[in-house]
Amino acid sequence: MSAPSTGGASRDGYGSALLRLADDPRVVVLEADLGKSTKSCLFREANPERTVSLGIAEQNMILVGAGMASSGKIPFASTFAIFTERGFEQVRNGVARPGLVLHLCGSHGGIHTGTDGSSAQSIEDLALYRTIPGMTVIHPCDDLSSEELTIQLLDHGRPSYTRTARNKTPRMYDEESCKKLRIGKGSILREGSDVAIIACGVMVSEAIRAAEELSKNGVESTVVDMHTIKPLDTELIDELVQECKGIVTAEDHSVIGGLGSAVSEHVSYRGGVPIRMVGVSDRFGESGEPGELMNLMGITYGDIVDSCESLLS
Amino acid sequence: MNSADRASDMTTSQLGELALRCRRHIVKMIHAAGAGHPGGSLSAIDIIAALYGNQLRFDVENPDWPDRDRFIMSKGHASPAVYSILFEMGFITEDDMMSFRKLGSVCQGHVDMKWTNGVDFSAGSLGMGLSFGLGCALAARMDSSNRDVWVMVGDGEIQEGQFWEAAMAADFHSVGRLNLIVDRNRIQNDDFVEVQMEVGDVGAKLTSFGWDVMEIDGHDMEQVSQAIQWCSSMTASPTAIVAHTIKGKGVSFMEDNPSFHGKAPNDNELVIALEELS
Repeated sequence: MSAPSTGGASRDGYGSALLRLADDPRVVVLEADLGKSTKSCLFREANPERTVSLGIAEQNMILVGAGMASSGKIPFASTFAIFTERGFEQVRNGVARPGLVLHLCGSHGGIHTGTDGSSAQSIEDLALYRTIPGMTVIHPCDDLSSEELTIQLLDHGRPSYTRTARNKTPRMYDEESCKKLRIGKGSILREGSDVAIIACGVMVSEAIRAAEELSKNGVESTVVDMHTIKPLDTELIDELVQECKGIVTAEDHSVIGGLGSAVSEHVSYRGGVPIRMVGVSDRFGESGEPGELMNLMGITYGDIVDSCESLLS
Repeated sequence: MNSADRASDMTTSQLGELALRCRRHIVKMIHAAGAGHPGGSLSAIDIIAALYGNQLRFDVENPDWPDRDRFIMSKGHASPAVYSILFEMGFITEDDMMSFRKLGSVCQGHVDMKWTNGVDFSAGSLGMGLSFGLGCALAARMDSSNRDVWVMVGDGEIQEGQFWEAAMAADFHSVGRLNLIVDRNRIQNDDFVEVQMEVGDVGAKLTSFGWDVMEIDGHDMEQVSQAIQWCSSMTASPTAIVAHTIKGKGVSFMEDNPSFHGKAPNDNELVIALEELS
């Protein structure tokens, strides 16, 4: 692949997608006073009659969305990832249990969120929503893939949670390559037979950088953008288990319950190769710049390199 | 029954008879299940009978008819009240009703739209129904539909903060065709509401949130019918009925008795209850 270009944040892609989806009259947007942050404001500006402001009241927003979904609408509701968690039971009991198709987006996920500090840094959202039957869980790595995957939610037919990031990340895709993405199918960004690095979100570009470092030392790695955490692309993981000597997962999320757990659960059932998880250990974050926090938490490309080398040694 | 072209014109006497039959179903199905919530089902059933008997537009042959009126039973534990009226209207069979809470039954412990024809909401977790109804009403307004949304909550239930989030939002968005019924039976799971967390003057609170409110005796079918008519005439803003009711109404030993919030009658109690409801 070509060198990554600088793009926007994945939340920008979400906002662009909502704007494109506005042609479908069933699409409605729900906000809880953070539309300017999640980027649903783009839809609001163009379609105020189909945008509902619910104020700082996430539990109500989620059930209002469920009611609209039961009445033929396709609601897209967003707030910060951490504040979606306030409505977890509402998602579980009011949305997913009756199988209503509400698309929830949590922006500013992960410690990458930065200086707002630990109260704003959701490191457990992917784990939470992954436990709900019938729920699709998505975490795109850049603005273009975020836009494409959000567009695909229109006809998805199942409730979903999408985590987007606050800050800009390098583009892993261009306008053409992102069209090949499919919800539920991991995307292979680089191929190598020594080790497979399965990453999501802001860690995908770190994984690519790690692969380049490893290559300098003669270690060739496959890098997968596992943008869909659930349903997990187990077919692809089975192939990686056959082809590689081990798997390293990378996520800006707790190592408890997220992408690494999902991959480990599958591999443990099927048997296979050793796994190392790069992610936030069982702790909260703190204020700091994204790069500083990634260093502190041990989730940089260097940590991926170390995990790969330790796994192969 | 096809009620797509409502309203029918049952007399208050006929509505009372419908409610009495429902009361018998309620105690019988809870007895058969050995579990359930008779108190809040019996307090709510007069209003539910009046709604289904005369007001709601629905189509038994087409339960998912998009322009049907919605009845959102937020106090989902009072499911026997809902199942009793759905049986009377022809949505479910007597066997369905009497399999309440059994494995595989369409009559789940708490009302569930995924399991039961004619149920518009999956409840069981309190405080969520008004939000859901608000979403239904907003969607109806966007569609320029005249379908009405009726939401029933318990008085203990409005201790949940989410209820007030929804109440505030309904007024802010001036949502009409959204009608709330508060079943003010004064008892919740553990004890009387005034002991657990008194909710006070519910009508005044809702009024201060911008709602138009009517207070009635929830067992007086004349008052119930008039209040429903009043709500349905108010199409530009949200309306609420605060229905003062008696928990366990109609069965002497259940009336005003917190212990029958969530307890089934035993064999002997069933006999007495059915005698009283004859």
